[in-house]
Amino acid sequence: MFKIDFSDQKFRAIIIQTIVVGLLAYGLYWIVQTTAYNLEKRNIATGFGFLNDPAGFDISFSPFIKFVATDSHFAVYLVGLANTLLISVIGCIAATFMGFFVGIIRLSSNWLLSQIAYVYVEITRNIPLILQLLFWYALLINLPRVKNSIAIGETFFLNNRGLNSPQPIFGENFIYVTVAIVIAIIVSIVFSRWAKRTQETTGKQYPVVLINFASVIFFPLIVYFISGSPLDFENPELKGFNFVGGMKIPPEFVAMFLGLSIYTASFISEIVRAGILSVSKGQIEAANSLGLRQNVIMNLIIIPQALRVIVPPLTSQFLNLTKNSSLGIAIGYADLVHGFGGISLNQTGQAIECMAIVMATYLTISLTISFFMNIYNRAIQLEGR
Amino acid sequence: MLSFNWIRQNLFSSWTNSIITVVLIYFLASIIPPMFDWLFFEATWIADDRTGCTSDGACWAIIGARFYQFMYGFYPTEEVWRVNLVYALLPFGILPLLWDKMPFRKQFLIFAIVYPFLVFFLLYGGPGLTAVASNKWGGLLLTLFLGLGGIIIAFPLSIFLALGRRSEMPAISAICVVFIEFIRGVPLITLLFFGSMMLPLFLPEGLDIDTVLRALVAVIIFQAAYGAEVVRGGLQAMPKGQYEAAQALGLSYWQMNLKIILPQALKITIPALVNTAIGLFKDTSLVIVIGLLDLLGIGRAALADTKWMALHVEVYVFISVIFFIFCFGFSRYSLYLEKKLNTDNDSENK
Repeated sequence: MFKIDFSDQKFRAIIIQTIVVGLLAYGLYWIVQTTAYNLEKRNIATGFGFLNDPAGFDISFSPFIKFVATDSHFAVYLVGLANTLLISVIGCIAATFMGFFVGIIRLSSNWLLSQIAYVYVEITRNIPLILQLLFWYALLINLPRVKNSIAIGETFFLNNRGLNSPQPIFGENFIYVTVAIVIAIIVSIVFSRWAKRTQETTGKQYPVVLINFASVIFFPLIVYFISGSPLDFENPELKGFNFVGGMKIPPEFVAMFLGLSIYTASFISEIVRAGILSVSKGQIEAANSLGLRQNVIMNLIIIPQALRVIVPPLTSQFLNLTKNSSLGIAIGYADLVHGFGGISLNQTGQAIECMAIVMATYLTISLTISFFMNIYNRAIQLEGR
Repeated sequence: MLSFNWIRQNLFSSWTNSIITVVLIYFLASIIPPMFDWLFFEATWIADDRTGCTSDGACWAIIGARFYQFMYGFYPTEEVWRVNLVYALLPFGILPLLWDKMPFRKQFLIFAIVYPFLVFFLLYGGPGLTAVASNKWGGLLLTLFLGLGGIIIAFPLSIFLALGRRSEMPAISAICVVFIEFIRGVPLITLLFFGSMMLPLFLPEGLDIDTVLRALVAVIIFQAAYGAEVVRGGLQAMPKGQYEAAQALGLSYWQMNLKIILPQALKITIPALVNTAIGLFKDTSLVIVIGLLDLLGIGRAALADTKWMALHVEVYVFISVIFFIFCFGFSRYSLYLEKKLNTDNDSENK
């Protein structure tokens, strides 16, 4: 006969889990029922059919995909996704460089320099990002009018409509240069691996960095000139009341770029600082006593060990930046949340579908980034012995 | 500290350092005096509207004119003593949690438990007090309500989630993992939208939650997921021997966690928890996208007033200073805790 024994842990675990899962399932069922009732009562359509309906509104910023008002809501989604990814990628790159720069400055032996870096870090990371975005945006749209643009060099012009910069024009033959770059990168990876293996087996060293650097720079450059310099820059020119030619970067994008990268850089700088400080002094002293040169100590002793500490939190900063790019809605940057999660949602009234798609997209981006960073992280971690 | 030797070692230790120092001093000398002129010396402090600000400096008059809104939002003037009481009692509600050597700490801790309920009662009204709808709340009041409310209510939830994630029951741990990773994978804005637009669809008619509470729910869920990961870190840092010893003594799961594991694990996670709390406090300003008027929202409303147009810098600087005071204060506190914990451990090791 089946015996009920509550002191048996396994049995208790099964009972508890059954109850929890049952309650959860019932709760979900109840929510679905209520929602279906509410939706029907309010005459809100369901399903994803609206994705094919024409959007009926314009998106001002769409550098990659051509978008007109008659395009579908799905096109709105794609444009938003592209803009989110664009600002995230550019922001992450800028924030990483700035963060490493500031983090190293913070450790400078010059007291004044490190204090300035400290003040920068404390100010930027203790003020809400959305406030910083609004601040940059307010500064940008209160810049002089187009006629009195602030010229940076002869090619960049900053005014209240954004930034006018030269536009690269790729000729037909530019494809060869792209191929050359790809080949050069592949060759240098293979070469690095080979050089490392050679060093491990024979002890012979090659100037890997120098050779790779030369091959990645010079090979595409030679191809570039052979194929007849297929890259031109079209400079913006002031004609009448506006600039003609060149790239027009709207103030929303510039504000997002400044806000996201400056904010995230302060967090990254602290991570970098902690990473470098985590390398024990004995390591550096040992390297010094072996007579290694300073740059060798930096490249072979400090950086590889610091990176192990730096990479995991750096990943979460990239994730944060990507998620924070959703704040663009506050200043009207046409990202995923603003275009699809905002305007499309309001027009179609299908809040559940729109938010579900937006959330699923962010979730996918987050999981993808952490997946790849985990692979990288595993590659640089200390191998257990 | 400022001896000749110190200056030589820290500012002019080498040629490059000397050049950097000189350039930086020149840079600071050309930036700081005009900044102070603008902020203080040439600023206008009292004026009736924008045209009253004739000097070159900042026009702080806008802050004075809107000070009530910045502090209380649109809370009725005759009831504002209730908000002031909440503000006045705030130190007694929070300090006992943060300061372990506070005089009469035990008594104040009891008050700290009562305080959140008192806040709800005072702000919303109830028996004996006129009801004040939450759409009248705003400014610093709303920022603190969402920030501190979110942090305090989310704390126990994050402990449960962390314990659940580490549970040996696969169904419980799976539910917690999915919940935590989902919340951490999406931006807070989408959760706020979720709360403001979708929550009403999920609930039966008649069960109406006001906008502020919906935002609070979103904030709590968000903070609970992030806090759970921090607590989990603390739980993982516990040596296995602690669990084994507790089990060997025959303690039950809850006895083991409440009496042995959590007191130690939470102690080492407090600095990190304070850091996530700072993040959340800053993030509460996102509620402006769902139309709530927190500090930033009130600031934006002030900017839209034709009487005070184009004073963006003044308003944003003012709000930044308030946020900075809170966040910087708390980050100093977390540093102090970290140092204290380190010395505690050292003394144990000796």
